[in-house]
Amino acid sequence: MSLLIENLHATLEDGTPILNGVNLEIPAGEVHAIMGPNGSGKSTLSKVIAGHEGYLVTAGSVTLDGVDLLEMDIDQRSRAGVFLAFQYPAEVPGVSNANFIRAALQARLPKGQDIDAVGYYKNLYAKMDLLEMDRKFTARSVNEGFSGGEKKRNEILQLMMLEPKYSILDETDSGLDIDALKIVAKGVNAMRSPDRGFLMITHYQRLLDYIAPDYVHVMSAGQIVRSGGPELALELEEHGYDFLKELTPA
Amino acid sequence: MSLDLLPETLDTETAEAVNIDRSIGDFTFPERNKFDAGRGLSEKTVDYICDVKNDPQWVREFRHRALKVFRDKPMPTNWATEDLNNIDFDQIRYYLSDGEKPKRSWEDVPADVLETFERLGIPQQERAFLAGVEAQFDSEAAYSNVKEELSKQGVIFVNSAEGLKEHEEIFRPWFGKVIPTGDNKFSALNSAVFSGGSFIYIPKGLKLKQPLQAYFRINSESFGQFERTLIIADEGSEIMYMEGCTAPKFETATLHSAVVELVALKGAKIQYVTVQNWSSNVFNLVTKRGIAMEDAEVRWIDCNIGSRLTMKYPGVVMKGRRARGEVISIALANTGQHQDTGAKMIHAADETTSNVVSKSISVGTGRSTYRGQVHIPKHLKGCKNNTECDALLINTKSRTDTYPAITVKGNQHATQHEASVSQVSQEMLFYMMQRGISEGAAMSLAVNGFINDLVREFPMEYSVELKRLIDLEMEGSVG
Repeated sequence: MSLLIENLHATLEDGTPILNGVNLEIPAGEVHAIMGPNGSGKSTLSKVIAGHEGYLVTAGSVTLDGVDLLEMDIDQRSRAGVFLAFQYPAEVPGVSNANFIRAALQARLPKGQDIDAVGYYKNLYAKMDLLEMDRKFTARSVNEGFSGGEKKRNEILQLMMLEPKYSILDETDSGLDIDALKIVAKGVNAMRSPDRGFLMITHYQRLLDYIAPDYVHVMSAGQIVRSGGPELALELEEHGYDFLKELTPA
Repeated sequence: MSLDLLPETLDTETAEAVNIDRSIGDFTFPERNKFDAGRGLSEKTVDYICDVKNDPQWVREFRHRALKVFRDKPMPTNWATEDLNNIDFDQIRYYLSDGEKPKRSWEDVPADVLETFERLGIPQQERAFLAGVEAQFDSEAAYSNVKEELSKQGVIFVNSAEGLKEHEEIFRPWFGKVIPTGDNKFSALNSAVFSGGSFIYIPKGLKLKQPLQAYFRINSESFGQFERTLIIADEGSEIMYMEGCTAPKFETATLHSAVVELVALKGAKIQYVTVQNWSSNVFNLVTKRGIAMEDAEVRWIDCNIGSRLTMKYPGVVMKGRRARGEVISIALANTGQHQDTGAKMIHAADETTSNVVSKSISVGTGRSTYRGQVHIPKHLKGCKNNTECDALLINTKSRTDTYPAITVKGNQHATQHEASVSQVSQEMLFYMMQRGISEGAAMSLAVNGFINDLVREFPMEYSVELKRLIDLEMEGSVG
């Protein structure tokens, strides 16, 4: 049981290579972190896994518990169990948060079966309470006029509601003050379980103080160039990415 | 997910949904017309209609004058689409009826006509929430009824023929006054051959709690439907009127050209709600205008889905001090369709206020056009207009145009105009689909979100129907 990425190559539509052979396995129950300088391909990796159409996969595979993800449409991948918490979540004007999350849950039910509205709101409110979100939030349009912190909390709320097998958190800590970061971390930690895997993309050790990773990877020029335990993140914090220059000649 | 292409294949679920939708209005019964004016339009056609309807002499003269005006007026293709030239006036059938009088009870309506309206849900709606219904089948009403307690209070709700004969003293002073025959080529055409439509009078001070509804059904091929509606709300009264329309999909084009005149006397309030879902070969060329006297209000709430070409610019002439006019409009143009809609606000008294909110959605190669006219003359004081028109493009081949014309003279007025064009962006779709929502459902959500604030203006029963129609249109539009 794992999210398995093997020799993944991807380019932009114009052919510019971004991922150059990524190998990474995230077994259920583990939390992995990917760090690395800007432009190393971290965010691209998350979008390629989710199926963003701005990228072409030129080689390699991504499988979820043995099932080929790359053959699936974006929405199928989501329903198969991949969740992406966006760095910059899109706005959906006129669609309330409550209706949006409900539509996402509805999409997971067989045809003809409807969500139990009472149970849905009970569940939604419980998770909003944990994330310290105001009830008024349900009626607001998805991400429209949200502060940076509200957007990130909304991503975690959706994660908690959809209960995915594998979650990718793309710079969830960016734009968060320390209190908001603690709340977001509380949400993620509440979801950790032996049958769920997490991949966190971040620049900073700060996030890892609150969501402790099992493994840390360093990405550079579209490849994982180093892997280690939590201590690797501390090392990076101290020494930066200078060592990369030796690893990847220009 | 190729945004610029129509789907080559639909999943079964979607295909089923789309098929069901098309079949809702897409059925027809064999014609059994006792009266048929034949194809083409001449003095003889007009006389035939007058004879069958037993029109009074003044109406016969009115029709003949209108026919001349229609012939003299050129097609407005200097500003409107060339597609108008594809209407073959010689092939259209101008009057068809089975010769039956409108029935007061559904039990008396002929079986095929009853089945038509039952399939469209009209008797069911009447029972659920309407104060009265008129159901028109081709040229004439098949059913017309208003709740007894309302007729006792003096409410008149009949078809136009009965109105002009039985209530001439109220009907005639206003008929053709809000929209003169020569207003445009199609108002002249309607004036020559009109049949059906409603005449409504609401007595002083009476506020109807439930809406009145008319349903216009085209059953016959190559038919032209020309209903004529006149609503007079006496001082301090209030009424909401709703109309729906469908036609089967024929091989040849069908023409629907109505004229609707509203008169809101001092302090009265008229809301006119339209949800049209014409099949994609109907030319829908409709003239709608209201007059609002002192402290009166006229609101047009208009939703246009379907048709090959719709041209419709509901208007309000604010003739009395502090009168208010409003147009709320939603248009959805799918592939092969052109929704050319807008609003006309004529300020003719001090302190009058008008508001126009128009939202259009273009899908596939669909095209929507907004034309707005706001007129505030120099001698007036304290007039206000607000105009907002927003367009949403679904595919890269979709098209939208905006032609606002705001004439404000004098410096004691406030006008505001905002226009926007947006697209369902790839990032928005990616975001929604990443949550497991299918592309079709994501499009529906985006479109429903776009018009959400306007849908709230529709009565509950209509807003549910509206959302369903949009869901089906959107599901059919993506692969």
